[in-house]
Amino acid sequence: MSGLLALFIGSIFVNNILLARFLGCCPFLGVSSKLETAKGMGFAVIFVMLMASTMTWLIFEYILVPLNLQYLYTLSFILVIAALVQFVEIVLKKIQPGLYKSLGIFLPLITTNCAVLGVAVINMNEKYGLIESIVHTLGASIGFLIAIVLMAGIRERIEVSQSMPRCLRGLPIALVTAGLMSIAFMGFSGII
Amino acid sequence: MMNPLTLIKNGLIKENPSFVLLLGICPTLAVTSSASDGFGMGLAATAVLMGSNVVISAIRKFIPDEIRIPAFIVVIAGFVTVVQLLIAAYAPALDKSLGIFIPLIVVNCIILARAEAFAFKNSVIDSLFDGVGMGLGFTLALTIMGSIRELFGNGSVFNFAILPPAIEPALLMILAPGGFITFGILVALFRAYQIRKEEQATGSISTYDGWEKLGACEGCSLKSLCGGGNQSVPCASAEKKEADA
Repeated sequence: MSGLLALFIGSIFVNNILLARFLGCCPFLGVSSKLETAKGMGFAVIFVMLMASTMTWLIFEYILVPLNLQYLYTLSFILVIAALVQFVEIVLKKIQPGLYKSLGIFLPLITTNCAVLGVAVINMNEKYGLIESIVHTLGASIGFLIAIVLMAGIRERIEVSQSMPRCLRGLPIALVTAGLMSIAFMGFSGII
Repeated sequence: MMNPLTLIKNGLIKENPSFVLLLGICPTLAVTSSASDGFGMGLAATAVLMGSNVVISAIRKFIPDEIRIPAFIVVIAGFVTVVQLLIAAYAPALDKSLGIFIPLIVVNCIILARAEAFAFKNSVIDSLFDGVGMGLGFTLALTIMGSIRELFGNGSVFNFAILPPAIEPALLMILAPGGFITFGILVALFRAYQIRKEEQATGSISTYDGWEKLGACEGCSLKSLCGGGNQSVPCASAEKKEADA
């Protein structure tokens, strides 16, 4: 149990998926200029990541390993994730229009998000069991939510600035900010 | 048929995927803690890009429009698996240092973007050279990033010691924060250069306003997939419209 807790906390703060592992940078920089959209993106990532890594774990363990086809994991994982996201989008649209309205627009963006595939591959490489995979994925996606929401909060303030040199505005200053946040998150490395 | 040299030059400088189009940011940040890692990653991506561009361009007439993205992904994933196995067999050290970023070439937006924007519309030969140019542009960017970070973080470039040992290297540069900060500064320098060039060419002050240009989705042809730019999509332009309204 304490092992799972350490894994959970570690994947949120110490090995933060964005700031320490550099997975999912595109949405991190692209969707983080407004707090509201950043929140939506964060929750959509939690949702998709949990489903995708459970699914890929099952596929790896019960299809690829018995058939001795482990080397095909890249191909099968990305296809499963793409199909799953598409499927969830259709189902949500039909059954939960409210939820679809708040999460739906982010779903296609997430298909080709390296964080989702990355977490599935990390789970596989670290040989996590199903429970460990789910805990690790939950931690990683909460870490994503925290990082993207913090970033959006900072950026909303930065963008008020009129005195900033033109070449730094937008993405470059966002990257430098992310670097500073990453330094701050390195401070967590002692807690486990 | 287009001039191959123009296509390659286009990928290297004018539409450099990392610094100008801002595609594939994750590997640009993650695997550039040394120049040789960056170079290796660049070459791996180039190989995948060339292969996928050629195959997609060759079968473009047979792929129905609606399912082109899944079809692209299958082709790309196939090439990534090939490259992955080759690297694991012939360059185990590189395989170890690139780690999960080799399978993640599949979701590298440069490759999907070139498939959609170029290979799907152009002939096989043109697509091959576009792949070479874009791949080399990516390799160049990663090598520059890797060299800078390795120089300041480790005092060497491609493992050759350059800084005298008396200078203490800043370890921060090869850790995660160094990647973000170096890339941010490089993009800013690139933009400063572009603004100056525009001002020199037109003779008047550039109207460039950085806030408009968010960057990460820009130039990404996945926009058609994610619907970027629509009012309903969390894209920069849409937000801007909302803010104006």
